[in-house]
Amino acid sequence: MNLTLKIWRQAGPKAKGEMVTYPVTDISEDMSFLEMLDVLNEQLNARGEEPIAFDSDCREGICGMCGLMISGKAHGPEVTTTCQLHMRSFSDGDEITIEPWRADAFPVIKDLVVDRSSFDRIIQAGGFISANTGSAPEAHSVPVPKPKADRSFMAAACIGCGACVAACPNASGMLFMGAKITHLGELPQGQPERDARVVSMVSQHDHEGFGGCTNVGACSAACPKEIPLDVINQLNKDLRGALMRGE
Amino acid sequence: MTDTQTASTVAPEAPAPTREAAPGVVHGLYTEGEPIVDTKAPKGPIEARWNKRKFDAALVNPANRRKLTVIIVGTGLAGGAAAATLGEAGYNVKSFCYQDSPRRAHSIAAQGGINAAKNYKEDGDSTFRLFYDTVKGGDYRSRESNVYRLAEVSANIIDQCVAQGVPFAREYGGLLDNRSFGGVQVSRTFYARGQTGQQLLIGAYQALERQVAAGTVEMFSRHEMLEVVVVDGKARGIIARDLVTGEIETHLADAVVLASGGYGNVFFLSTNAMGSNVTATWRAHRKGAHFANPCYTQIHPTCIPVAGEHQSKLTLMSESLRNDGRIWVPKNAADCEKDPREIPEEDRDYYLERIYPSFGNLVPRDIASRQAKNVCDEGRGVGPKVGDFRRGVYLDFTDALKRMSAEAVAEKYGNLLDMYQRITGENPYEVPMRIYPAVHYTMGGLWVDYDLQSSIPGLFVAGEANFSDHGANRLGASALMQGLADGYFVLPNTIRDYLAKGPFPKLEESNEAVVEARASVDARVQKLLSINGDRSVDSFHKELGNIMWEYCGMERSEEGLLKAIDLIRGLRDEFWRNVKVLGSADTLNQSLEKAGRVADFLELGELMCIDALHRRESCGGHFRAESQTEDGEALRHDDEYAYVAAWEWGGQDGTPVLHKEDLVYEFVEMKQRSYK
Repeated sequence: MNLTLKIWRQAGPKAKGEMVTYPVTDISEDMSFLEMLDVLNEQLNARGEEPIAFDSDCREGICGMCGLMISGKAHGPEVTTTCQLHMRSFSDGDEITIEPWRADAFPVIKDLVVDRSSFDRIIQAGGFISANTGSAPEAHSVPVPKPKADRSFMAAACIGCGACVAACPNASGMLFMGAKITHLGELPQGQPERDARVVSMVSQHDHEGFGGCTNVGACSAACPKEIPLDVINQLNKDLRGALMRGE
Repeated sequence: MTDTQTASTVAPEAPAPTREAAPGVVHGLYTEGEPIVDTKAPKGPIEARWNKRKFDAALVNPANRRKLTVIIVGTGLAGGAAAATLGEAGYNVKSFCYQDSPRRAHSIAAQGGINAAKNYKEDGDSTFRLFYDTVKGGDYRSRESNVYRLAEVSANIIDQCVAQGVPFAREYGGLLDNRSFGGVQVSRTFYARGQTGQQLLIGAYQALERQVAAGTVEMFSRHEMLEVVVVDGKARGIIARDLVTGEIETHLADAVVLASGGYGNVFFLSTNAMGSNVTATWRAHRKGAHFANPCYTQIHPTCIPVAGEHQSKLTLMSESLRNDGRIWVPKNAADCEKDPREIPEEDRDYYLERIYPSFGNLVPRDIASRQAKNVCDEGRGVGPKVGDFRRGVYLDFTDALKRMSAEAVAEKYGNLLDMYQRITGENPYEVPMRIYPAVHYTMGGLWVDYDLQSSIPGLFVAGEANFSDHGANRLGASALMQGLADGYFVLPNTIRDYLAKGPFPKLEESNEAVVEARASVDARVQKLLSINGDRSVDSFHKELGNIMWEYCGMERSEEGLLKAIDLIRGLRDEFWRNVKVLGSADTLNQSLEKAGRVADFLELGELMCIDALHRRESCGGHFRAESQTEDGEALRHDDEYAYVAAWEWGGQDGTPVLHKEDLVYEFVEMKQRSYK
């Protein structure tokens, strides 16, 4: 198939960016979206134009490194990561716009590459269970009811890609944070630090410039791991409880 | 043992000249040096060795630890766990990864599970059995002491991960679930649906970030290590490039740990992440660290077949699928184009079940892979033709769906089947999946002693980057075990013996060796940008990958390997004359990053072929056409090859030097593997 791509080009963090149009031809429907960009980059390289910078690593939908706004949708038209999106989701003649995640907390580094280190700093603020190596008790000493273990696992499936932020009109990181709060909060091991965790993470989230949640739900709809919106309820509930308890 | 070279800057861009056979040069390709030995593993009863080593290893006073700096390259299971643990212990840690966040390291993509000798199923498992299975699975080419230690600490790993909040699969009673996994007959594999690697890595990542917050670990993401700094024979730091600003930075330390993963991307197409590379370990090799068993690569049997020329990577599906899926091809080549659902039972060849009645579809990876290649070479492969061949076999869940229910299958394998559907556009609940082997893991890596110290003092190597535990073939669910064993429990206990001798004399950035290392990195970056030839980095990488897959892949022969070496030399020569890398050194430049990695793969590829050529036996993942039984099974030659091949860099214009470390089996009897 033949396509028209409109791609955000930006030379550096402080440079002014612009949309640039690139036609591509003979695209196979078995290609992944990123393989289609690889083909374009080979063509650009051959004619002496600098290839388009974009992030990707595992290309199997689990590392969370890739992420593009594709025709206005985070990770494009399917519920998956950009690397797992295949060209069979598009039709011959389509015009596709490709932009980086847009959020104050995710500044652009170059072209389609953004800086998501704000997510790491939210985890630093409390997204962990303090258990030094060697201090762990026998694994079977604390049974975890299967429903709680399953819900914890569901939330732990978050890959930290940032699609939730990119999709949100407020650029809020609440789904990302709610997923971590739920992952750790459902487990008995996560209880001792539960109050401190939520207060500290929310504080860091706000400090990083993420917006607040206004229950739009675009985050969950865009999430390639289908993290449900109710992790934000959990987050709010935990925060309310922690503040009442004077954390 | 540690015949370490002094630091030297070698112009990296010079192509290898045609080598003329000098006296003592074998095949015109390498020379043999002195044997090496691992001097650190204690003697005596195998179950007492690790405790003895931990006791004998010197301690570092808690007050002194913060004065000691440790650099750790890589943030996967081994590197992330080591950084967190050393940070907790109070050392001053600097952690590096090329990705935008330590959470993205490729350990995250491991699907199936992690082995541990917990014997929760009371099915006869034990530390000794895990040890035995791992030595046997590795085809008797690993060290007993190392493997026993791995089995011994495996149970601690599960405890540690559960305490961190890793959400392993559980039974209704709330206790942990286990499953059996490729190549073994007990259920000792802990898992988190098909996302075990992700969950374990997130556990290590969170522990790491906790130490970043505590100030014990300083994190350098989007940084790539490009050189080791060796001063007075000791590893004292690294030269790294900030991938965002392009700045070349010097980082000095008392010890350096490489946990930078494997080198499967030398094949271009592999299941590794796009950025996975050999640069960290290869630069260390060039500075004196021996590279052990580079030809031991693992081809994973259950990957999604190549769809076309555009393919950028291959996707693995956990081999846990082999627990319930059945593998077959048509008996008759004429049926290969048919809809598989229309091929009657009697016309199907369930070849693994036929050839290996006791293990069936659960034979080890190397056997499953080679048999898939064999049936496709016979013309019985399925799926679209790529080139002249159909490269695929069916992995069929029809029986499992009848036996279990679609819900039960989805519960166990849902995410894998969904992934298959997304990539191929076919529904595996209705049509049998197609699979084909792909390069997945590299058992070879930098040579290390029992302490995980390389042949450069102060340079430690952990996880897939070292060679130590898997011999010639790795069993399923053992990579995660080894990464975390090294990172959480082994390295933190052994590195202290080295660090106790420090802090080492303070180094200035003006030190001659430091300046040289930095200058060599600068020169290489400038060289890559200045060639301005006609061919892209990817085109070289693809060509190298084709050579490696064709001649140094699932089956190797003397003729093919010699040909590959010539081709690689020619390609390397062309690379340094004709590569085209655009952009500048002082911004994010992904072509430049790739170019440096491919340049190192072009050197590694040759060493892999030389290693494969010199090992005139078949063992584990290394199958030499000249060394097989009448049944076409791998045939080892224990009398000649029961050793680790540790290669010393021979210099830009020299030949590599082979050092043999004899493998002695005191506790496990060496047998010809049989899975029939």
